[in-house]
Amino acid sequence: MSEEPSMDIDYVTNLARIELTQEEKDKFQSQLGDVLKYFEKLQDLDVEGVEPTAHAFPRFNVWDEDVSKEGFSSEKALKNAPKSRNEQVVVPKVVE
Amino acid sequence: MSVKYETVMGLEVHVQLDTNSKMFTRVGTGFGKPPNTLTDPVVLGLPGALPVMNREAIEKSIKVGLLLGCKIAEVCKWDRKNYFYPDMPKNYQISQFDQPICEGGEVEIELPGETPTVMGEHRKVMLTRIHLEEDVGKLTHYERDSLVDYNRAGSPLLEIVSEPDLFTPDEVFAYLTSLRNSLVSAGISPCDMEKGQLRCDANVSIRPVGTTTLGTKVELKNLNTISGVKQGVEYEIRRQTKALENGEEIFQETRRWNPEEKRTTSMRSKEMAHDYRYFPDPDLMPVKIDPEWVKRIAKEIPEKPFDKQRRYMAEMNLPYTATAALCGDRPLCEYFEKTADLTKDSVKAANWVVNDLLRELSQAGKDSDNESEISVENCPLAPESLAELINLIEENVVSNNVAKELFPEMFATGKSAAELVNEKGLEMKSDGDEIESLCVKAIEDDPDAAEKYKGGKEGAINALKGSVMKATRGQANPQVVDETLRRLLSS
Amino acid sequence: MDSNSLISKTATELSGELESGNCKAVEIAQAYLEQIDRVDGKVHAFLHRDDDDFLAQAKDSDERREKGETLGPLDGIPVCLKDVISVEGQPLTAASKILQDYVSPYDATVTRKLKAAGAVIGGRLNLDEFAMGSSTENSAYGPTRNPWDLERVPGGSSGGSSAAVAAREAPLTLGSDTGGSIRQPASLCGVVGMKPTYGMVSRYGLAAFASSLDQIGPFSQTVEDTALLLETISGHDPLDSTSYPTEVPSYSEFLKQKHEPCTLGLPKEFFGEGMDDEVRTAVEKAIEFYKGKGYEIVDLSLPTTDLSIPVYYVIATAEASSNLARYDGIRYTSRSERAENAVDVYAKSRGEGFGEEVKRRCILGAYGLSSGYYDAYYLRAQKTRTLIRQDFERAFEKVDAILTPTSPTPAFKFGAKSEDPISMYLSDVYTISTNLAGLPGLSVPCGFTESGLPIGLQLIGKAFDEGTLLSIAHDFDRELQFGRQAPNLED
Ligand SMILES: [Mg+2]
Ligand SMILES: [Zn+2]
Repeated sequence: MSEEPSMDIDYVTNLARIELTQEEKDKFQSQLGDVLKYFEKLQDLDVEGVEPTAHAFPRFNVWDEDVSKEGFSSEKALKNAPKSRNEQVVVPKVVE
Repeated sequence: MSVKYETVMGLEVHVQLDTNSKMFTRVGTGFGKPPNTLTDPVVLGLPGALPVMNREAIEKSIKVGLLLGCKIAEVCKWDRKNYFYPDMPKNYQISQFDQPICEGGEVEIELPGETPTVMGEHRKVMLTRIHLEEDVGKLTHYERDSLVDYNRAGSPLLEIVSEPDLFTPDEVFAYLTSLRNSLVSAGISPCDMEKGQLRCDANVSIRPVGTTTLGTKVELKNLNTISGVKQGVEYEIRRQTKALENGEEIFQETRRWNPEEKRTTSMRSKEMAHDYRYFPDPDLMPVKIDPEWVKRIAKEIPEKPFDKQRRYMAEMNLPYTATAALCGDRPLCEYFEKTADLTKDSVKAANWVVNDLLRELSQAGKDSDNESEISVENCPLAPESLAELINLIEENVVSNNVAKELFPEMFATGKSAAELVNEKGLEMKSDGDEIESLCVKAIEDDPDAAEKYKGGKEGAINALKGSVMKATRGQANPQVVDETLRRLLSS
Repeated sequence: MDSNSLISKTATELSGELESGNCKAVEIAQAYLEQIDRVDGKVHAFLHRDDDDFLAQAKDSDERREKGETLGPLDGIPVCLKDVISVEGQPLTAASKILQDYVSPYDATVTRKLKAAGAVIGGRLNLDEFAMGSSTENSAYGPTRNPWDLERVPGGSSGGSSAAVAAREAPLTLGSDTGGSIRQPASLCGVVGMKPTYGMVSRYGLAAFASSLDQIGPFSQTVEDTALLLETISGHDPLDSTSYPTEVPSYSEFLKQKHEPCTLGLPKEFFGEGMDDEVRTAVEKAIEFYKGKGYEIVDLSLPTTDLSIPVYYVIATAEASSNLARYDGIRYTSRSERAENAVDVYAKSRGEGFGEEVKRRCILGAYGLSSGYYDAYYLRAQKTRTLIRQDFERAFEKVDAILTPTSPTPAFKFGAKSEDPISMYLSDVYTISTNLAGLPGLSVPCGFTESGLPIGLQLIGKAFDEGTLLSIAHDFDRELQFGRQAPNLED
């Protein structure tokens, strides 16, 4: 990447669903700009044809047989819920 | 001259796989359980919970791929699709992005024939890909808030994506019907749309006839029944056509089918384009699909419904209507084939299954609280019993009419035909003397008919036959009655 | 036995005392509770205590012993856990406000193993919020202080775990290490801390920071104790798909066997600029020690070292942005009172509930995965990670372990780096590549600065060969035992 790295902070905070104060936005904008500049190092290295590492020690087919086990009671499932009703989690109106 | 438009559609079908446990944890799956009881740390996305694949879900997906003629991946992997929604516990869905389990494939469809008794044209709808993912929970909306039940969350879900290769609402209907028949027959899923086991989104675009680029794509959601899908796309085609004719622009958007109002409405457009930030899920290892495994699964693939239909017509001489009623339903076909094996006449067996058995099953379903309990698989009447009944008719032990009357009782009691015939003394009467005296009486009682017959009116004999049959409560052997009457009248 | 002498003992010694009947588990538990009462007001290693539960577990252990029941290898020994490891019925805050009211409904696999080994599980230990940081300053509940100098940080993110052992508030603790979060605080607090090979210890029940890098590991005064705790928590776990199916030998037995001197490598990239002089001197002394023991010391190069920090921060923040999406104010985390609709719930709950560093990293991570940037950041980082791994593979063809300082500097003062993310990120420069390569690494105390701050020596071993790594560290630690020196916390 040739141009100075920058971040559309409003776009990304919305993606990450994190509300920031204006002060935080300004601060992060400049700090993360520095971090991205530091990350530029990554672009120098030739990684053509190199396989990405997703796992340090990859294996295949780590799975279970399809045998079902007992789950939580609804009480246990909802114990930490900020709000619940009728054995379900209450959320403010979801606008479709 | 006004421009003509044509429609191009693609379908994304989500099918819940019929497994005992969820896609990435071993808590059970199911419909209609008390809310939030099919949950555990993984389903709820608690801190520290980790996913572990369900081997059976992968096997079933491979089976679907084979059933639909897809290319099965040698290696597939898991990606996280990141977006926030209250029905999604982790706020990412484990799915497959660039290495799906199946690619390509096709679904054979049958378009409506000229009349319901005539077979329609067949063609193949191309598939893009099939990938495996996890289902989300269920939101119920109330006036002021919404409730979330996570029982469904994490169930294995197969997404079957078609190419933009569907051009009319009839084709959409045919596609879904055929796909569902195939999946149900192969035991992949019951595909009950009311239970959300099969869900469908449609991408609808229209373009001027003669152009080759696709028009602006509108995604339709909330198509919850097969007929809803058809009505939804019909409405959407009309809406878009009208808009274009009025010189309006079509926006790329997601619209919701409202089945009550029979129209589509724009869903609140997301403030930005989707940016799902897919990346490989570091909590899961990839799947390597051994060709030997695929071969093993291939052996279990049942005959496809349309292949079966062709075979029934070609080898058994079944009429199209009977095959159409049979072939979407694999247990019913098995029932029919067993019955046919035990009788001489496959066509008769098919008619009994398609007419009488289906009628009783549907009646029993209506009478019962739990409809799914009365399926052909737990039908009280075994194919052996039906075959016996058919054979009793063939052997002239009972008449067809008596058999028709006996059938509901056999269905209800599980008693065999022979048993009931014996019990009730319903064996067919072929005794010559007894039938002769009844025939003589019939001619005496209706000299008019006798005269007409003698005068050359062939059909008049039926009235005489009828009264003999009536007198014997249908038990007289119709052939003997016929012969006797003709003999008496010709003398 | 008086409580001061109990708390100065190692876990191995305490086991001996219990075995010979010199003390009871309850007395040990009480001694530690007294010490916590005495010093934790200054150190603030603990976020939560449940003294009744702690004493009850100790009493259970005593009863098992009295009844002659089979005892576990850690029976009666207190172990305290970093507050990201789930213990059923206990809070888990991850030092975040967003989890302030959360109580875990299930045990992590390591918790289950500790319980099975008879360990007495104590209070919850402080950390940088969600393990993001190198100083424990990023805790929503206030920082932990370095017991050797209360003006300085204990390192992080497992600062509570290292400080608790250093301050003799627990003989054994567990932390988690994503980029050095066990080794760096161990170094700064003068205790032994070890990150096992990725996959040795189950992550099930560990609130994830960066899934492909996180490992749970032990803290203790001695290498011998680390071996004891490591063998208890290691082993394949079917609930963690990234857990490796490998045999876990008894490391304690391993250490008792004679260990032949072997080859240690010094990567030149780790001995360049930026290293504190006193750190250099102490590490050089350690090298001399090994030479004196007959070890062969060779120079080597890990040319990708300077890329490890950007690679790490791209990968770790990307995974974190997705892993932390589940903390959303819906199912179990605190919900903002200002939230009026579902979208609000997310943005406001997360905005209020997360601290600054967590927000910064989630945003950075989301950016690195977002549309148009994935290839340049995440994918490129993963490819570079391959090169880093290969560097180590080449090095381990020549050496049995790699020797480096753990941290470029001793403990720094509060606030020294907290406003400059990059300088904070650089404090992990020696530890990060170990995580990227998945290798085991351990920090063992190797001396003190003139002002009395501990210095740590890092040893990096071959994958799944913790036995050799512990033996090499034990050769040093058995004789020098810097970790057995305790700070003076009297007024
Ligand atoms: Mg889709
Ligand atoms: Zn989908």
